[in-house]
Amino acid sequence: MSSNRVPDTLTFECETGNYHTFCPISCVAWLYQKIEDSFFLVIGTKTCGYFLQNALGVMIFAEPRYAMAELEEGDISAQLNDYVELKRLCVQIKKNRNPSVIVWIGTCTTEIIKMDLEGMAPRLEGEIGIPIVVARANGLDYAFTQGEDTVLAAMAHRCPDYNGASPNTTNQDQAIQGLLSFLPLKARNVYEEQSVSTHPPLVLFGSLPSNVVSQLNLELKKQSIQVSGWLPTQRYAELPSVGEGVYVCGVNPFLSRTATTLMRRKKCKLIGAPFPIGPDGTRAWIEKICSVFDIQPQGLEERELQVWDSLKDYINLVRGKSVFFMGDNLLEVSLARFLIRCGMIVYEIGIPYMDKRYQAAELALLQETCNQMGTLMPRIVEKPDNYNQVQRMRELQPDLAITGMAHANPLEARGISTKWSVEFTFAQIHGFTNARDILELVTRPLRRNLSLENLGWTALVKKDKINII
Amino acid sequence: MKLAYWMYAGPAHIGTLRVASSFRNVHAIMHAPLGDDYFNVMRSMLERERDFTPVTASIVDRHVLARGSQEKVVENITRKDKEERPDLIVLTPTCTSSILQEDLQNFVNRASSTSYSDVILADVNHYRVNELQAADRTLEQIVRYYLEKARKQNTLNQSISNIPSVNIIGMFTLGFHNQHDCRELKRLFQDLGIQVNEIIPEGGSIENLRNIPKAWLNIVPYREVGLMTASYLKKEFGMPYVAITPMGIVGTAEFIRQIEFYINKWAPILLGKTVNYESYIDQQTRFVSQAAWFSRSIDCQNLTGKKAVVFGDTTHAASMTKILAREMGIHVVCAGTYCKHDSDWFQEQVKGYCDEVLITDNHTDVGDMIARLEPSSIFGSQMERHIGKRLDIPCGVISAPVHIQNFPLGYRPFLGYEGTNQIADLVYNSFTLGMEDHLLEIFGGHDTKEVITKSLSTDLDLAWDSDSLSELSKIPGFVRGKIKRNTEKFARQNSLSKITVEVMYAAKEALNA
Ligand code: SF4
Repeated sequence: MSSNRVPDTLTFECETGNYHTFCPISCVAWLYQKIEDSFFLVIGTKTCGYFLQNALGVMIFAEPRYAMAELEEGDISAQLNDYVELKRLCVQIKKNRNPSVIVWIGTCTTEIIKMDLEGMAPRLEGEIGIPIVVARANGLDYAFTQGEDTVLAAMAHRCPDYNGASPNTTNQDQAIQGLLSFLPLKARNVYEEQSVSTHPPLVLFGSLPSNVVSQLNLELKKQSIQVSGWLPTQRYAELPSVGEGVYVCGVNPFLSRTATTLMRRKKCKLIGAPFPIGPDGTRAWIEKICSVFDIQPQGLEERELQVWDSLKDYINLVRGKSVFFMGDNLLEVSLARFLIRCGMIVYEIGIPYMDKRYQAAELALLQETCNQMGTLMPRIVEKPDNYNQVQRMRELQPDLAITGMAHANPLEARGISTKWSVEFTFAQIHGFTNARDILELVTRPLRRNLSLENLGWTALVKKDKINII
Repeated sequence: MKLAYWMYAGPAHIGTLRVASSFRNVHAIMHAPLGDDYFNVMRSMLERERDFTPVTASIVDRHVLARGSQEKVVENITRKDKEERPDLIVLTPTCTSSILQEDLQNFVNRASSTSYSDVILADVNHYRVNELQAADRTLEQIVRYYLEKARKQNTLNQSISNIPSVNIIGMFTLGFHNQHDCRELKRLFQDLGIQVNEIIPEGGSIENLRNIPKAWLNIVPYREVGLMTASYLKKEFGMPYVAITPMGIVGTAEFIRQIEFYINKWAPILLGKTVNYESYIDQQTRFVSQAAWFSRSIDCQNLTGKKAVVFGDTTHAASMTKILAREMGIHVVCAGTYCKHDSDWFQEQVKGYCDEVLITDNHTDVGDMIARLEPSSIFGSQMERHIGKRLDIPCGVISAPVHIQNFPLGYRPFLGYEGTNQIADLVYNSFTLGMEDHLLEIFGGHDTKEVITKSLSTDLDLAWDSDSLSELSKIPGFVRGKIKRNTEKFARQNSLSKITVEVMYAAKEALNA
């Protein structure tokens, strides 16, 4: 278990919360793709639909497994019966798509009119014979990636109970077996025999693309650690069993509710580790898991060095450059920690919400990294105020602002290079293998600057406007 | 409750924000939860806007739910007032404020007593109006507010200008090719010796709104936004307006003639003579625009009788239908719009120019209609473009909703005489691309290709055996879809579940007979 405490020397500030981020319902965009047999029904208004339609872009034309249950005036004034209405839509979904689970996403409107989704779901579930999971991922309470957290926390309740007597079956491990299918059958058996685990079951939580899942599984396998399951899985029917005696560990910094649910409701033990983002984070993550299982990590140091070595060209580009995180997706602390380790100077880490307990190990590593690199501790600004941040950026003139799309073009026009933050959520950034992808993103504006250098038009707004927001 | 995947027109607040942020130095504050400021992303990305979008949110969160949002809203308004000194702050309600039922007007009153900026509450209800209707209302509301204010302060500028002048109403941010259209209209008016008095809301300043009555008449190029303002100005100031869209050669000529008509009401008094634009129309039509000549050329002759489907907002779909039918001899099998609130006008406009009319905001209806009619080309919005992709039918985009590629950097108006050239290109390219494809197939270019089942409906209970499939693949692409469907229809009618070569021939004979 985590013994890390929040270091006192990091400073935390809290601003007004006037910042731009995506609505948490956006999590359906990646979760419906991750959980192949699911269907996401967002119960909300045209506002929610319009956001999804525009944020999802072309995905919307590919018959996605999501839809809006659009509330009309009759639903708001309670002239229509919510239960009957939802049943009608869910029956239709069952008929057309036949999913193994329907996830209801509650929105601001269902919160305000107090629609009892949690109450209706079990009843309807019984009637139509499809599990219905309720996640209230609304803009009143959460930001962007926290949407995934609410969905996974709700799913955690649906995980089968772990029965200590029988070892967790390994059917979640298909991805790995698939990878190894080139091996002759015999060798595969040997492999499996070798991998029979001696440690308590370990379940990882956080939605990642399946190849990243296999990469992380393999990384742990090299330390003789067997991952017995992931939350979520490729298919709803294959959710891992959890319960007393099962260890869980998060792969993303925004999963604090899921962690809490697994600990409190499912009695799992949480391994509090830094997140496997960047080679430093990945190594610390693995080491932490190893230490909990009393395993001596093998060859990790070399592995990390090797990765750093392969990043040299990019690191030469970023070293000494400064970054400003405006904050919108909760990956900020881990990314900042990695970039500091790459030699960058981080002025500010804006972040929508900071769970100091769940992120304790990550914060400790951030502090350690700052000490090691001899850089100043960045300020961590929770619930930032975008207007104030832009003022600060005017003073600081960072080499790079990591920001949402609402601010990217205006900042670029004022000569501040930007990287659009949402890309970090969709790119593959976990594990040793993907460290390069993070730097690929971070250096893109810097490389663009190199190739457009000396053209003389970096600030592209009229003089009098540069200082005006 | 309604199951929905896609909407043609956005929620009401988007309309208000589009109008507010088009004016100079106007700031909109949305009363909304965190995450509803997606408008800023759209504006910044689609319009590639260099400036910060003048829209912020007064965020509704748990706290606010428990205690009411008065303090926060008032605070946010006063803060914005100090930070940026906008001329006007528009408090914008969202779906969330519609159900919270707080007295936003009261907050506005309180805030405006202490701020230097004017503050108004946009009068739009999420559950009653959509994006376009809301934009129309908000524009009228702002214009009315300032004209009434000017009247009270006696600063209203009511003396009409010496030379003919017009206001252009309804150009705004995120509008389909609006910027280009605006430039084209300005050019047209310059040619005609007409002054452009004010353009609202795009780039307009609140300060200048009191000059609106100086113009001789108002121009409303797009039906969706501006009509309310124009009819208010007509009622209050007796200003006539022209609501004909100058799209296509005939449309543009009609537009100019209407303007001539209104100008000549004042011209004898103020200019001492009447104006006559006929020779200008003739010159432009025959020699400047290439479209009239194009419709006589052999290229266009080849398009005669080709089938097309049109779908979009009322303005663009109606104009396009008329252009295709009366200027190019193309057979419009169906014309449709998603502006259900204006369907009567649309029906009347396209009557006689198409076989059927479709009024719906459900994209699956549109998809099914297209699959059923199998046109050679589609003219619609981005949604229709994707339907076209799935059915292998080329599509020219003529209306919002749009993507980033509909905000071209190059000059691409849809209105006026240059607009007619652009439209001719668009039409011609959509059809020739389709034909090239078919020719390739006829001459074996795509022979190795698998037969694609192109159907939007999901009733695929029929199995084709391998012989019939290979037979099907020998049929040229442009009729293959139809033969496939006819065969399946025949099989279904005769309760056959398996399709063989024999069934195909039987179907052919049955249907030809
Ligand atoms: S913030 Fe609320 S109303 Fe807005 S899109 Fe999200 S859930 Fe819907």
